[in-house]
Amino acid sequence: MSEIIKVGMADLNICQPPDGLTTLGLGSCVGVALRDPVARIGGLVHVMLPDSKSIHNSQSMNPAKFADTGIAELVRRMEQKGAKRSRMTAKLAGGATMFAVSGKSEVGLVGQRNTQACRQCLAELGISILAEDTGANYGRTVIFYPESGEYQIRAVGRDSYII
Amino acid sequence: MGNINLQKVSDAYFDVLKEIGNIGAGNAMTALSQMLQCKIDMRVPQVKLLNFQEVGALMGGEEQIMACVMLSVEGDITGNMMFMIETSSARRLINKVMMGYAQPGEAEFSEMELSAMKEVGNIITGAYLNSIASLTNLKIYPSPPALTIDMAGAILSVPAIEFGALGDKLLLIQSQFFDEARIDGYFILIPDLDSYARILGSLGLSVEGLSGEE
Repeated sequence: MSEIIKVGMADLNICQPPDGLTTLGLGSCVGVALRDPVARIGGLVHVMLPDSKSIHNSQSMNPAKFADTGIAELVRRMEQKGAKRSRMTAKLAGGATMFAVSGKSEVGLVGQRNTQACRQCLAELGISILAEDTGANYGRTVIFYPESGEYQIRAVGRDSYII
Repeated sequence: MGNINLQKVSDAYFDVLKEIGNIGAGNAMTALSQMLQCKIDMRVPQVKLLNFQEVGALMGGEEQIMACVMLSVEGDITGNMMFMIETSSARRLINKVMMGYAQPGEAEFSEMELSAMKEVGNIITGAYLNSIASLTNLKIYPSPPALTIDMAGAILSVPAIEFGALGDKLLLIQSQFFDEARIDGYFILIPDLDSYARILGSLGLSVEGLSGEE
C-alpha cells in the first residue's frame, strides 16, 4: 500500500515510490519537490524564508526553514539514499501573496522573494526546474508523486491540477 | 532589545498577555454584539507558543477554509492583527449584518458580502486595538483591512513567516467567541518581538533578563 507522508511548515522529507509526499496549506511559503527518476527517490521541502545568511540568530537551527539551507539539506538527504544531483529535477509551488496589505509592511513581498530564492538555489546546484505554479493570491495544498513526477495542486474554489 | 527570548516572555508573562487578549477581545465583542444586537460569549483567551508544525492544527487543520481580515499595525506597537472566522460562520455573520439581504447557500461570496465582512473585521479589530492602546498608553495605527478566504494553513503562514525570521516558534494571543447562532471566530494578535517588550514595559513590567540565549 502506498502512503502519503505529510511535510509540515519549515519541514522536509524524502520518500520512494509508491509513496508520496504532501504539504497542506502553502501560503507564501514555497514547496520545492525534487526527484531522481533513476534512483526513484523524491523529496519535498516546505520553505518559509529566502535566505539563512540574512538572519543572525542562534535560535534558528532548523535548516528546512530557509530556501538555501533547506534545498541543500534535501539534496543531501536524497544523495544519502543513492540519488544523484545531476539527475535531479525540481518543481515549485506556492509563494503566494496572501494579503494585499498597504503600508510599509513587507508581508506582500515574502512570497515573491521565497520563489526567487528557490530558483536561484536550484540554479546554483545545477538542478533544472521542470514546472512551477507560484505567485497569485491563493493558498495551495500539494501532493508529490516521485513515481511519475506528478505534482498535484489543490486550491480553494479551483479544480485540482497537475504540473 | 531585539533579541528577546520568546520562551521566557511566554513563561514569565503568560497571564499578562492573556489579560491583554481578554481586554482586547472583550471590547471587540462588545462592538460586535452592539452591531448585531445579540449576546455573544467569549472563551478564556489563550496565549500560545507554537512550533511551526503545530500552527496548522490551531483551528481545525491546515485545510480548514477560513475568512480572515488582517490589519498590519504600526506606531509604538508593530505587528499584525487577524480576525479569523470559518466560512459558514462568516456567512451567518454577514447575513446578520446585512439584515437578511445576503445570498443564501454555499455560493461564492458576492462583492457586497466581502465588503461587509471586511468592514465588520475592521470595526471589531479596531475596538480590540483601541482598548489595548488606551490600556498601555501606546500609539497603535492600524492599516486598512485586507480580506482573504483561504486555507487556515496558508493564512497562518503569513504571521509564521514574520516570526520565522527571529526564531522557530510563533507566540500569539488567541481569543475565541461564539453566539447563539454559532458564530465561531478567533482574534489573533501577533506583535513583533520588540513590541512584546514595549507592551509589557508600558504596564510597568521589566523585560530585563529576557534577552539572550536560552
